[in-house]
Amino acid sequence: MTMSFKGKPSRRAFLKGAAAAGGTLASASVAKAAGDPLITEVQEWASATGEGVDATPYGLPIEYESDVVRRNVEWLTADTISSINFTPIHALDGTITPQGCAFERHHSGAIELKKEDYRLMINGLVDQPLVFTYEDLERFPRENRVYFCECAANTGMEWAGAQLNGAQFTHGMIHNMEYSGISLRSLLEEAGLGAAGDLKDKWVYVEGADASSNGRSIPMEKALDDVLVAFKANGEALRKEHGYPVRLVVPGWEGNMWIKWLRRIEVTDQAIESREETSKYTDTLEDGTSRKWTWVMDAKSVVTSPSPQSPIKHGKGPLVITGLAWSGRGAITGVDVSVDGGKNWMPARLGAPGTDKALTRFYLDYNWQGEEMFLQARAKDSSGYVQPSKSELREVRGLNSIYHNNCIQTWWVKANGEAENVEVS
Amino acid sequence: APALAEKMGLGRTALPEEVAAWDLDVAPDGTGLPVGSGDALVGEEVFAEACAICHGDFAEGVDNWPKLAGGADTLDHDDPLKTVGSYWPYLSTTWDYVNRSMPFGNAQSLTPDEVYAIVAYILYSNDLIEDDFVLSNETFLDVEMPNAGGFILDDRETSEAHFWKAEPCMADCKDTVEITMRAAVLDVTPDEEGAEEA
Repeated sequence: MTMSFKGKPSRRAFLKGAAAAGGTLASASVAKAAGDPLITEVQEWASATGEGVDATPYGLPIEYESDVVRRNVEWLTADTISSINFTPIHALDGTITPQGCAFERHHSGAIELKKEDYRLMINGLVDQPLVFTYEDLERFPRENRVYFCECAANTGMEWAGAQLNGAQFTHGMIHNMEYSGISLRSLLEEAGLGAAGDLKDKWVYVEGADASSNGRSIPMEKALDDVLVAFKANGEALRKEHGYPVRLVVPGWEGNMWIKWLRRIEVTDQAIESREETSKYTDTLEDGTSRKWTWVMDAKSVVTSPSPQSPIKHGKGPLVITGLAWSGRGAITGVDVSVDGGKNWMPARLGAPGTDKALTRFYLDYNWQGEEMFLQARAKDSSGYVQPSKSELREVRGLNSIYHNNCIQTWWVKANGEAENVEVS
Repeated sequence: APALAEKMGLGRTALPEEVAAWDLDVAPDGTGLPVGSGDALVGEEVFAEACAICHGDFAEGVDNWPKLAGGADTLDHDDPLKTVGSYWPYLSTTWDYVNRSMPFGNAQSLTPDEVYAIVAYILYSNDLIEDDFVLSNETFLDVEMPNAGGFILDDRETSEAHFWKAEPCMADCKDTVEITMRAAVLDVTPDEEGAEEA
């Protein structure tokens, strides 16, 4: 692989932060002498006027937040068309991911598909094969649900060791949105499942309108349970790169199955065993055999701040340790945080009670005295599952699984506030 | 939901030609394969024209582009080479994926006979057929894929049952904590200037 990058981002980010902190200190010393000029002197924004309401029909974040963006890691893939980018989770708070910086994963690029050109077909073992327009879909009874979409490969580069330095890169193949759409069940019932006979051994094969098609097989039980055909996310239409105008939402299951630009749903009597469930999204174990159909994303968490891209800049004293936890097996019931590499754990505070298959924010309000920390978080879910360490995972799976790495992450926070991605014994 | 007990009456019947145009998937037992045939000799020509620029003249892969041949018996190695020959369990997948999604950037441009020929060439490149073998919808299931038996169903609930713990350790859980690996030493993370330039 080609590694064309240089420098240490955490160091650079830290220095940038230190410069900012220096500015604050200067202001503070001025304040001692004559008062803070940001207070004692009339500032321009307190005197002149700002922008009119017609300046920005659809706004972007203020320029000072320009670092809160999706990032690409060039050497991960052969080109950017079938590739991945990363959500800036180190800089976000709460649980809802802004769509504009929510990660992308395409296999043949983000296509442009107008609502007028959109068609959805249901065929196979149904009573009546159907074609829907976009307008047809909007007339079915609608649901609203918040779910995480995590790429099966999230944290995959970390199987063999600590590699990428930042929560965005190690854990940022994830987003969490409020979806509005219709149940897949309602569409299947509209076509009629009488022809399918015993539904227990039936499947739905779903594919997108793009060249890759991204076809995947889903067992009928899941299809009839909680799968959504979504056309809105976080209140507005899906972004082009997230499947506009219609995508599948498969709660708790690996992101690959969340088919974008959804164009066809086929009821079948066998799994198609498509490329994306044989060559890819199968998990090779140490003995050379591979697990297939590893659909569920297990309980997982990460401290988002402090972290390599979010160093401590304010010195000793009160420190907010925060992060995200999630599970495809249910709701997060608790998160424990360790500052000593897992010797001792403290229960964190959940920002809001965990909900089914959705991101949960956690906080630990901590009094930092400048000591080195080995920061870890450990998620627990409503099924009783406890997030494992990387060595626990490796004992079962070896190093070559690629996918489904939900191990406990360690950040080494140094005395100067910088943080680094490390593995500890 | 009670509201769904009756049909909504939305959508319209899909016509046979519409279903035929979009329903192209091929299952492991060959369901969905169109009539047609091709051999490795024809496949070599089609492959050279349509595929070799990325996948190499012998399906061995160029640069970071996927290798389609090689890697036999490497799946239990440190860095397994997973190709059609070494890893893929079903030939149907190769036919289906090439037919629907390749060549990259010009998908769905191949005829069924061309797809049979390309698939035959990939098999030949993996030493799985002789060069006189004609791959067709009728001979399809005669090909043995080496890793057909190499997959197990998701067994996490049994093999990882110990991850469901009643109460995880909270205090004095281990004696020592030593750093065993550092990302900064590897130094492959893109820096912020790189992002701004991109």
